[in-house]
Amino acid sequence: MKPPPFDYHAPRSVAEALDVLAAEGERAKVLAGGQSLIPLLNMRLAAPGHLVDINRLTELAGVEAEPDGVRIGALARHAEVERSEPAAAAQPLLRQALRLVAHPVVRNRGTVVGSLVHADPAAELPAVLTLLGGSVRLARRGGPGTPAAGVSVSPEVPAGGSLTVRDVPAGDFFTGPLESAAGPGELAVSAFFPALPPRSGTAFREVARRHGDYALAGVAALVVLDDDLRITSAAVACVSAGPVPLLVEVTGECGHRPPASAGWAGAARAVQDRAEPEDDIHATAGYRRHLVGVLAERALRDAAREALNG
Amino acid sequence: MTTKLFGEPVRRREDPRLLTGRGRYLDDLGRDALAAAFVRSPHAHAVIRDIDVSAALDVDGLVAIYTWEDLPDRLAEPLPLLIPHPALTHGRTAYPLARDRVRHVGEPVVMVVARDRYVAEDACALIRVDYELLKPVVGVEEAAQSAQLVHDDVPGNVGAHMVQEVPSAGGLDVREVIEDAPHTLAFRLDIERSASTPLEGRGVYARWDADDSSLRVYSSTQTSTSVRMAVAAKLGLPLPKVEVIAPDVGGGFGVKIVHPWPEEVLLPWAAMLLDREVKWTEDRREHFVSSAHERAQVQFVRVGFDDDGRVLGLEVSILHDHGAYTPYGIIVPIITSTQLPGPYKIGSYRVEFSSVYTNTVQVTPYRGAGRPQAVFCMERTMDRIADHLGLDRTAVRAVNFIQPEEFPYDQGLIFQDGRPLIYDSGDYPESLRMLKELIGWDSFPAEKERAAAEGRRIGIGIGCYVEGTGVGPYEGGHVQVTSDGRVHVSTGLTSQGQGHETAFAQIAAAELGVPLERVSVVTGDTRRFGYAVGTFASRAAVMSGNAIALACRKVREKALRIAADALEADPRDLEITDGMVHVAGTPGAAIPLATVAVLSNPLRYAFDEEAARATQFAGASSFDKPPVPEGDEPGLEGRDYYSPIRSTFASGMHAAIVETDPLTAEIRILRYAVVHDCGNLINPMIVEGQIHGGVAQGVGGALYERMVYDGHGQLLNASFMDFLMPYATEVPHVETAHLQTPSPLNPLGIKGAGEAGVIPVSAVIASAVEDAEGIAIDKMPISPSELFDLRRAAS
Ligand SMILES: Cc1cc2nc3c(=O)[nH]c(=O)nc-3n(C[C@H](O)[C@H](O)[C@H](O)COP(=O)(O)OP(=O)(O)OC[C@H]3O[C@@H](n4cnc5c(N)ncnc54)[C@H](O)[C@@H]3O)c2cc1C
Repeated sequence: MKPPPFDYHAPRSVAEALDVLAAEGERAKVLAGGQSLIPLLNMRLAAPGHLVDINRLTELAGVEAEPDGVRIGALARHAEVERSEPAAAAQPLLRQALRLVAHPVVRNRGTVVGSLVHADPAAELPAVLTLLGGSVRLARRGGPGTPAAGVSVSPEVPAGGSLTVRDVPAGDFFTGPLESAAGPGELAVSAFFPALPPRSGTAFREVARRHGDYALAGVAALVVLDDDLRITSAAVACVSAGPVPLLVEVTGECGHRPPASAGWAGAARAVQDRAEPEDDIHATAGYRRHLVGVLAERALRDAAREALNG
Repeated sequence: MTTKLFGEPVRRREDPRLLTGRGRYLDDLGRDALAAAFVRSPHAHAVIRDIDVSAALDVDGLVAIYTWEDLPDRLAEPLPLLIPHPALTHGRTAYPLARDRVRHVGEPVVMVVARDRYVAEDACALIRVDYELLKPVVGVEEAAQSAQLVHDDVPGNVGAHMVQEVPSAGGLDVREVIEDAPHTLAFRLDIERSASTPLEGRGVYARWDADDSSLRVYSSTQTSTSVRMAVAAKLGLPLPKVEVIAPDVGGGFGVKIVHPWPEEVLLPWAAMLLDREVKWTEDRREHFVSSAHERAQVQFVRVGFDDDGRVLGLEVSILHDHGAYTPYGIIVPIITSTQLPGPYKIGSYRVEFSSVYTNTVQVTPYRGAGRPQAVFCMERTMDRIADHLGLDRTAVRAVNFIQPEEFPYDQGLIFQDGRPLIYDSGDYPESLRMLKELIGWDSFPAEKERAAAEGRRIGIGIGCYVEGTGVGPYEGGHVQVTSDGRVHVSTGLTSQGQGHETAFAQIAAAELGVPLERVSVVTGDTRRFGYAVGTFASRAAVMSGNAIALACRKVREKALRIAADALEADPRDLEITDGMVHVAGTPGAAIPLATVAVLSNPLRYAFDEEAARATQFAGASSFDKPPVPEGDEPGLEGRDYYSPIRSTFASGMHAAIVETDPLTAEIRILRYAVVHDCGNLINPMIVEGQIHGGVAQGVGGALYERMVYDGHGQLLNASFMDFLMPYATEVPHVETAHLQTPSPLNPLGIKGAGEAGVIPVSAVIASAVEDAEGIAIDKMPISPSELFDLRRAAS
């Protein structure tokens, strides 16, 4: 349980990190909180020739809550985001989900952006990003040479020179189990989670074997009401229900009705039908599918209650 | 007992050290030692055709590579079969490094020694072993039916077959009794594998002193004395030239009583050969695939009973999974088959087991050691009888209990130590009364109804057990009072966190009448005490506790004799309190134990003022006797041994209330209650801690843990990500009540408590889930996914 040999880089700036990543390409891996990568290395399931440790890049540690959403830097730990009041006020689903991610010690190290790039279909945050329609900002050396308009990477990265920055929407970011759009040489510098619209509510419900484990099944829900407090939009994103987070739009099933008489059961069935869970040693696919339905209904009801209360 | 220390909830003295990172565990030692790592078989069953190490030879920092062919004489033989038994007709053990065949994933094939563990693992990764794959045998039923053999010379894969039968009082055999019984039931039960999984894995650190031709071995073991003998024998070293020390050990739970592990003989051998210190620290994956597991059994039960639920005849046939080897003999299935009757008078009993080989990790005792399976079987049977007759589950148990006046009670069986299974004492009806009160058994139906009205499902379960503890052959204790008044206690058996430093000190302080702070305790160090068996089978308190008490009594007697001389008093008038020997009722006439220690050792040389009092011109002794009288020895010390005639039988009963989610099938333990009887309590707080830990492991076995082997013999969950040990969040608060029925067999009247907590948990949870769901539970552990499937099948 010792990793194979690798070269270790501890860049002091984003620019330096991008240089190393550009130079080493496929051979390099970014080391953030290490909560997923270090076990893979120790089990010799991954053998990158170079590790680029971004833990000194404090300029990426920000958690900025703006009216339109929360931008989370690559070095912001789960725990920081979980505790951030402005973040919770702008988008309560972040805290709701983070409380279900692992345990405090893991959350003290693990990063939100790392979790997104790691793209584990059982992880909570990719589902959250997918449900909210957020995005991940990727930067790399080379390319056209100017950052996309209005996009700042960090104060330290010279905007000129050879730098490409792109914002990848959640729908395109998760490409498969443990696969994301972040390519060789690219650093995910931040992620953006849109704010909660007015008269809307969120919830995250899951079943895990033990408290803090990756969920057997989990559902994040977002319900938006109109001025008459009828449902105008309802959607869920499921974890462990396929190769990538499964987004299911259920506005139609819920009906343009007040939450008390909404078609929750039909919505839950629709979600269940779309889920593609698999058997594993902890649960059968059949049971997971059943759970997806139960949790979808519970999460939608909770989200609607939040929307009414909010 | 002179001081009120025995029986007090004294705080564990080792905890500040262990909890603040100042423990001294195996991997804390030998920082500069070379590191060993192993190439282990990736296949469950294969012939080794060739081992090519050439690619590894260039690794910078590599020191040596060893395969079976390098091993000298006795190391090249299979490892010892520790507990031979006549019924184990086909016992088999592994070679320290596989010879030409591997029989489970994880079996060691090559040992690499290098500058550090990183380099050693790099070299391991470059060694190519050419395997010819054989069909693996996985699962007991396949083992019993398959034509494929795990060992070519073990027909039918059956290592052992054993029958014990206790006919009815009227002399009828069990089958006749069951045929004639008013009611009969027959069913099958299944229990899956789990494992000890101590937080600290195994580990060995060997230091060879070439100038002194002596070897020191540190091992994370449950028996340092026996490792010492094994190492001396395997390496051909004189016993006095070998020292084995168990440093702080981060849990054992049974797996570390197995010895010598391959690494325990290979590391010392390499250290001698290389004349360098060598260390190996087991990692978690190695622990999963290369140490030992337990529990897996399939049980076929037939029972005959009367209208009151009295068991007239019980016939149990067990298929026991022994994994690939049997280094620890057939202790586990013997315990299952003999502890199965528990607290009950079974009218007639026949038990039969076949212990079969499979291409999986070997099976050796894990806390409870066969009893959780036994209790699962007996208690599921009790619940089925109650269900069949429509009786309360506790009523069926009560009607079968051995009564307090029936002790000693002979179950008519031969126990794991080869001795008759005779219970020494107990009070099962009182235990049940206490448990029912503690959990609120009689008011539960109303509670259940209220919950049902709210759409909640809750259920209550119960499980009873009797546990043979404190098996022989013996343990010893040595107690020395030094001239500074300190008391040094040592015993040969080892500690894995049980609180021996506290409990043994309490015994010594109470026996000697000294403050607790003056007593220090050393365990598991062959430099201090060479004769011992080990720490397993809930035996440390019973065995070493009593041996230390007896040794203390010798010391006390000598101290009183010397003090009587000095005080010109009759020893019978003396007592020791607070480290002072004084004449009872005569204030002022006193002498510190420290001074008695000085006087006990006539000296020629004075090195301090205290010592000067014992020199030849100090006038301490009379001139008509030799300084050390005939038959006496210098020093205030004593050594004694405790060797019991047979085991002492602790008992207990647990009850739990669980809630099952009607939709998600999640299972939550709402309450967990324990009544526990381990005779006189040395320290109730430590006993409760043992119970809590045991229940936690039991909850693991009941709801979370299993070893998931696929058809190829691959262990699919060999990590803590997928082997689900319960977290603190999954372990319920444990409510405990103590009953104290002293054992008449030993001076302190104590019984073992170490394993107890784990024993009935699977039975209790199965009983409670069954009550909540109304679905028969006959397989443990149970997961929400499985409960969901059971619901589907039932509807
Ligand atoms: C015991 C345990 C339980 C856990 N339970 C859960 C759980 O229930 N739910 C859950 O969601 N997660 C869980 N996790 C995972 C945890 O959330 C991790 O923190 C997270 O998956 C990865 O974040 P990290 O910062 O540790 O990333 P790392 O481990 O450092 O990296 C993970 C991967 O992402 C890449 N990467 C990281 N940051 C960047 C970046 N800025 N740019 C480009 N690539 C990057 C790395 O190269 C690597 O491939 C658990 C982890 C542990 C150890």
